Amino acid sequence: MLLIPCPHCGNRPELEFRYAGEAHIARPADPSTTSDQEWAEYLYFRSNPKGLHIERWRHVSGCARFFNCVRDTVSDKILKTYPAGQPKPDLAELVKEAGQ
Amino acid sequence: MSDSLTRRSAFEGLHPIQVEGAVTVAAMPYATRFSFRGDPKAASACSKGFGVMLPNALLKAETDNGRTAISLGPDEWLLIAPDGEVEALEASIEKALAKQHHSLVDISHRNTAFTVSGPKAETLLASGCFLDLHLSAFPVGMATRTIYSKADIVLWRTAADTFHVELWRSFVPFVWGLLEEASSEL
Repeated sequence: MLLIPCPHCGNRPELEFRYAGEAHIARPADPSTTSDQEWAEYLYFRSNPKGLHIERWRHVSGCARFFNCVRDTVSDKILKTYPAGQPKPDLAELVKEAGQ
Repeated sequence: MSDSLTRRSAFEGLHPIQVEGAVTVAAMPYATRFSFRGDPKAASACSKGFGVMLPNALLKAETDNGRTAISLGPDEWLLIAPDGEVEALEASIEKALAKQHHSLVDISHRNTAFTVSGPKAETLLASGCFLDLHLSAFPVGMATRTIYSKADIVLWRTAADTFHVELWRSFVPFVWGLLEEASSEL
């Protein structure tokens, strides 16, 4: 079982959480002028990386807040979690910190 | 056809759980409960109307004069008071909050509660609860929403060997059955 560090509640078992897809996907500001291709990309196209992935989780059986998480999709190691609304962290910096 | 509603306890017909010298699980009496949501400013106004300071720190319970406020999330609190105080509290909290943005929902009949007490209380709850319940990790006065097996519960440690478990009344037979089973192995 993964131990996920909720930014509000601390380390909690994975069972208390729900996964909510890739983070920092902004809805186009003006959908009526967006092309079909751009809209499709916003709706369906995700980066799906092998390595570091920034994703949303919801601590549904805890504080019930959404937050963002940087997880390595190969090792499942979680490098950082932060409350929703905060800017994207510098991934290179995180890797350097984790390597130390 | 009957024109009156009869209040029925969610614990009706369940076997008592008691292991001599180890653990007792006992149903709590009916209570008044509210779910309160709002920002810190609304919370401090709500404290005045409720009569208990709503804790700002997460995962904490504050009790005063039979009333309890538990912080479940950064903007969410569970308020518990003795049975029959719904109207009075609603009025006093709404008055204290005046025109501030907030939400106050009566959940008295949705939730119910029981206590798990005794020297083996931690062990019994660990049968379905995944948190570290040792006194050093889960001190007296700490409270949080978590899960027991698959049911959402609010777990609150009221004393070193006593836990207050708050849950939806429809989850009672499920949780009670698992606790009964686990208690046979203590």
